[in-house]
Amino acid sequence: MASNSTVIRKEPVDAVIVGLGWTGSIMGMELTDAGLNVLALERGNDRTNADFTYPKPADELAYGVRMEMMQRPSQAAITIRRNLNETALPNRYLTSFLPGDGVGGAGVHWTGVLYRATPVELKLKSFADEHFDKGFLPDDMTIQDYGVSYEELEPHYDFFEKVCGISGQAGNINGQLIEGGNPFEGPRANPYPLPPLPGTYNNALFAQATKNLGWHPYPYPSANVSQAWKNPYGMQLGPCNFCGFCSKYGCLNYSKSSPQTCILDALKRRENFAYRTNCEVTRVELDSDGKKATGVTYIDGDGNRVFQPAELVIVASYALNNVRLLLLSGIGKPYDPVANTGVVGRNYSYQMTGSIDMFFDDIEFNPFVAAGANGQVIDDFSPDTFDSARHGFIGGSYIYTAQGSGAPISNTPTPGDAPKWGSGWKKAVKDNYGHSMSMGTTGTNMAYRDCYLSLDPNYRDPNGDPLLRMTLDWHDNDIRMTRFMRERMLEIVRELNPRSHVEGFKNFGDHYDTRHYQSTHNVGGAIMGTDPSTSALNRYLQSWDVHNVFVMGANAFPQNMQHNPTGTVAALTYWSAKAIREQYLKNPGPLMSA
Amino acid sequence: MSSMPDDEQRRDFMRRSLTLIPAVSLGSGVTLTASAAEEPPALADYQPSFFNTDEWQFILAACDQLIPSDEHGPGALETNVPIFIDKELYGPFGHADRWYMQGPFITDGDPELGYQLPYTPRELYRHGIAAVERYCQQEHDKAFSALDAATRDDILGRLEQDKIDFAALDAAPLTAGVFFSFLWQNIREGYFADPIYGGNKHMGAWKMIGFTGARANFREWVEQHNVPYPLGPVSLSGERG
Ligand SMILES: Cc1cc2nc3c(=O)[nH]c(=O)nc-3n(C[C@H](O)[C@H](O)[C@H](O)COP(=O)(O)OP(=O)(O)OC[C@H]3O[C@@H](n4cnc5c(N)ncnc54)[C@H](O)[C@@H]3O)c2cc1C
Ligand code: SF4
Repeated sequence: MASNSTVIRKEPVDAVIVGLGWTGSIMGMELTDAGLNVLALERGNDRTNADFTYPKPADELAYGVRMEMMQRPSQAAITIRRNLNETALPNRYLTSFLPGDGVGGAGVHWTGVLYRATPVELKLKSFADEHFDKGFLPDDMTIQDYGVSYEELEPHYDFFEKVCGISGQAGNINGQLIEGGNPFEGPRANPYPLPPLPGTYNNALFAQATKNLGWHPYPYPSANVSQAWKNPYGMQLGPCNFCGFCSKYGCLNYSKSSPQTCILDALKRRENFAYRTNCEVTRVELDSDGKKATGVTYIDGDGNRVFQPAELVIVASYALNNVRLLLLSGIGKPYDPVANTGVVGRNYSYQMTGSIDMFFDDIEFNPFVAAGANGQVIDDFSPDTFDSARHGFIGGSYIYTAQGSGAPISNTPTPGDAPKWGSGWKKAVKDNYGHSMSMGTTGTNMAYRDCYLSLDPNYRDPNGDPLLRMTLDWHDNDIRMTRFMRERMLEIVRELNPRSHVEGFKNFGDHYDTRHYQSTHNVGGAIMGTDPSTSALNRYLQSWDVHNVFVMGANAFPQNMQHNPTGTVAALTYWSAKAIREQYLKNPGPLMSA
Repeated sequence: MSSMPDDEQRRDFMRRSLTLIPAVSLGSGVTLTASAAEEPPALADYQPSFFNTDEWQFILAACDQLIPSDEHGPGALETNVPIFIDKELYGPFGHADRWYMQGPFITDGDPELGYQLPYTPRELYRHGIAAVERYCQQEHDKAFSALDAATRDDILGRLEQDKIDFAALDAAPLTAGVFFSFLWQNIREGYFADPIYGGNKHMGAWKMIGFTGARANFREWVEQHNVPYPLGPVSLSGERG
């Protein structure tokens, strides 16, 4: 710890929030509402909407390629290995996932597909026990229930959708199914705040093809808003103009829901809220018996070590960073996959994805007419919407088409037989740009005993602290799932009958290839639950071990669901905030007995 | 930094997005910087900041092979891609400013674990070009740029497929495949990035494929299905094509 260097000591606050992205901003609102004196510490720079004024974001090289919005590996890299025997090596520049940096976090440069979990996804283990034969799940699969139900989260999903102005078509309102929405979603109390976005031609083609196949297409629930919206915090959004610089970019039009557009101006106006940027929290400090946090230590922009005393510590620094901070601070017992003991780091999981690009001769898609969440989806092959056991796996994927960007450094797909460079490559790019559409799957990834997070024994950050080490590889259950989805997508290809198509699906024996972007849906590692021997957090996201530490983020997911995480991450944050406000503040201590 | 307070700016944007300005007039909102009027340099007049003379000859020749000028559209030389690469290597990217560059550098791990060389992009280019030139001297007794087009293509193909043994050329731990992948990625970047970065001269690559550049306003085009978009690109500095 910081014992050797001088430590600056700051005035105590009621609550300190580590990280000012989506979850930190939500907690800021909730805890200031409760009258607490709240301070947020953010590792990166300050960022306001002024940083995203036109034409600045319309710069593919800066944001889409050099990743200027994102976490710098030079400050905090992650090491990766695929099994317990491999030596983990650092992800030296960002590839597979793109965590955020600076005020707003990844909530600034996210895509904006906003989902709820289904009731079944939140109690997957109970569902499996009821619906699958004994012995069907592999022994090393460690899936669990969340310990919180869909009914408990519904009001929080509902509220966050209003905060964001989510644009979509409801499929199930209070049990009543609605044509054109997702019939497989959990029952909603209310429709989406705004109607769905209009859609580009790929959406229309996908919708027709999947209807022909007897499936149920619906528009992506979108945080790229379809109309002007004023949210419950009084913040205003304007209609998305399909600028085409969305995922990986800050929005130039006040149209993508983000901490900046939906929360931060309202939060900054509150006198009991303050935030400091360029402050990297390195430890949550504990009292002498390790049962209570006394505050946090951070390194400020001038390199000073600072101790910030606080009664309540909210860790909100993104799933992967949260797990690292718990491990560095000695909060909770680190997971050991060999002995199968400990909890911090346990059940890290990812997202199983696949894709098909289709090439046509005579269709104009205008690929630059694009928005992150401009898409059509089917949920016909979700964990509980078909008999996956018959196909040998638990899990599922949603299948979608999206036209999210036409920026050409990264979005000039060519058919499989096209030359990879030279005159032939150029001709292929020219002939196919604007004449291709893509489809993808976003699928579950189960948790396994040998997939986890820990501190790396070899690599350190500039402060001398060990990097986070990720151990992850694909297991046959999940490969079987993605091969099944490939078959379904090939049915869509046959309906649409393109000139040619290129597919990207994992196969048996493939290992986690870290070189390609897959998803920034990193989940698990400090999971929630009702049993302290298998979860780091209780069902209120409170540390089982240190009662005044609450941890927000997808680290709480016991395994990964098919749907994008942020709706559930936000709903869990409001759920936790409610428990803090209604129970914890009245009587600080463990909210569940171990 | 803008002096406009956030609220005012927001109102301004709300107004703009509600009235849906047509894409044609969008450029009027762009602050035209001095560079919009400036003609990009001719490649022949450009003095590289990073590359030395021999390296520059290699880059020019490789760019010409990898994206040649032909009837399909402009080549990498016409669009100043070498200038882009020189500027990128001279700047923060060349210095790997965002990368994690602490050791140990384990270079014999599984390639699926990603880039593990101890080199910044500048160092990687220096070593890579030197290795290819040594190879050309050994095999052909000439510099890469002095070889005929077919031989250059053959060498680039071998680099791509990692079939030139860089270890035998004293360039380990760099490999031909890794060098090629950086070169090709950076060439495509220079071809398609906004002209402010030095390549894509007069948005030639964008015009060839029909990309709209920084127009960034297409609401009224979303539901015009299967209709070709009629307007050319605009750039960050306000150039129109
Ligand atoms: C390209 C991309 C596309 C995405 N698309 C979607 C999507 O369509 N749908 C969806 O549901 N999700 C999507 N996501 C994921 C989504 O962005 C995250 O789920 C969400 O932002 C998580 O919120 P958070 O508060 O946990 O983390 P963040 O919003 O990232 O905030 C964490 C903050 O903590 C700060 N921090 C980190 N470490 C420290 C430290 N030691 N000290 C102080 N501060 C620290 C970070 O700088 C950051 O600002 C996407 C992500 C990316 C990168
Ligand atoms: S596509 Fe829409 S939501 Fe996305 S950045 Fe552009 S204007 Fe904003």
